[in-house]
Amino acid sequence: MSEELKAAELASELAKGHEKKRKACGAHCIKVNNIGVKYGEDVILENVNLHIHCGKLTAIIGRNGAGKSTLMKAILGEIPHEGSVKFTYNHNHVCGANEKETPKLKIGYVPQSLNIPKNTPTSVYDLFASYISRRPVFLFKSKKVYNVILDQLKFFEAESLIDKAVCDLSGGELQRVLLSIATFPIPNLLLLDEPVSGIDKNGMDLFFKNIIELKENYDLAAILVSHDLEYVAKYADHVVLLDKKIIKEGTAEEVFASDEFKEVFGNISYLGR
Amino acid sequence: MSVIYHILETVLPFEWMQYDFMKNAFIAILIITPLFGILGTMIVNNRMAFFSEALGHSAFTGIAVGVLFGLTNTTLSMVIFAIVFALFLNRIKRLNTVSTDTIISVFASLATSIGLVILSKGGNFSKYSNLLVGDILSITTKEILMLLGIFVVTILFWLFAFNKLHALSVNQSLAKSRGIRVVLIDNLFVVLIALIVMLSIKWVGILIINALLILPAAASRNISDDMREYHLYSILIAIFSGVLGLVLSYYNSTATGPTIVIISSIIFFATLICRPIFKK
Repeated sequence: MSEELKAAELASELAKGHEKKRKACGAHCIKVNNIGVKYGEDVILENVNLHIHCGKLTAIIGRNGAGKSTLMKAILGEIPHEGSVKFTYNHNHVCGANEKETPKLKIGYVPQSLNIPKNTPTSVYDLFASYISRRPVFLFKSKKVYNVILDQLKFFEAESLIDKAVCDLSGGELQRVLLSIATFPIPNLLLLDEPVSGIDKNGMDLFFKNIIELKENYDLAAILVSHDLEYVAKYADHVVLLDKKIIKEGTAEEVFASDEFKEVFGNISYLGR
Repeated sequence: MSVIYHILETVLPFEWMQYDFMKNAFIAILIITPLFGILGTMIVNNRMAFFSEALGHSAFTGIAVGVLFGLTNTTLSMVIFAIVFALFLNRIKRLNTVSTDTIISVFASLATSIGLVILSKGGNFSKYSNLLVGDILSITTKEILMLLGIFVVTILFWLFAFNKLHALSVNQSLAKSRGIRVVLIDNLFVVLIALIVMLSIKWVGILIINALLILPAAASRNISDDMREYHLYSILIAIFSGVLGLVLSYYNSTATGPTIVIISSIIFFATLICRPIFKK
């Protein structure tokens, strides 16, 4: 019963959120300090420092094996790492001045892929309910939880998928479902690990449209690991070029024009010039 | 117990039901098979078929350890060894350095061999060879109660932790980001598997216990669209093959466990063929 109430509460909170369209305040600041990851003697990441503000989309780019997904896992706290992730609030809208550390950073995470092979009897409802409800999904389908999920999926134009098997979804559909799970309830920090391939142009457009809508209407910051430089150039507010450490950061123009970028990706232009 | 016996005789007035050992076996099957059907769903989802097989094989080692320490009740040493072994394998899996399959294989072979070496010392191994096939007809009332106990534990675990278990089978990082205690749930699950495998291995047999765990769930996957159907069909298939296997083995004087496995396999292939009809 209490579970249902909680779900209903979340739903009304969500509905309110959609109505009010709470703007990003700009005063929340997430600081990633000196993150380093080692596997034995191998240094995977060192000295990664990031300042992330709510309402901003930070894109992390880099060659394969540059440590992008590892950085995600370090921020999630899933793997042992040096350094820290701090979540602060300050009234002057300037990081570092007059700031208070807020209690808990809520992180929403969109993984690159799921361990759901073909023929797995997991529906989108089962997947979603496993994260948000305590009523065992093997026993019943709760009407209330079902409606809550349906509402949340609607926001990402994925409501028609609720009874589909997760293993049959297209790359873009799965990503939208995962995004709706990650943003329920709305987190302070959204970590997006974009799949390397398998999403068509329509799927990508819709995905980015969703992200832009989220960051404009809610008080959240987003970090995106991306392999599609065209979309990064178009949508990211801040771009970080990673290769074990941050080798270049700035706006897309700055990073894409840099020598470091050319060294990693070759002499290509993504800014349509 | 006599009340249950009486009910069974009245409800199922068959020739085979007049023997107490058949009644006991029947009750045991009604407990073990749904248990396996439930557990199998997540073993298959987590691709742990090899893990549970290795765990079954380690039964010999557990008994050997018990014999070494001079225990009369080797079930206890078997259960303790299996739990330690399962947690150890899980730990290795988490380190994620070498291919998990290979490393499980190495440790399982080593453990089994150590067990066999100790048990076969002095040419006494034949005493333990009945463990290979198992004998459900020899189960006693006390042992049935023990199975009932683990049945209740499993149901409780499933009711309270299934969503979390499901979440972490799908993606660990995602589960972690939702505040699920990934390692704890994962370890509880393997301890549960170890308990059930060890407590039922005497009746089911080392050689086929894994088939009984995997087949109902594997067959159910072919015809179900969501978690509810998956569990329902898996349990039904497990019970059906268990009961039919017991009856057939009675009339044909064959070993019960393998008979059940053959029936489950036939059901598996039938569901594989029927898949297009059931899948939306």
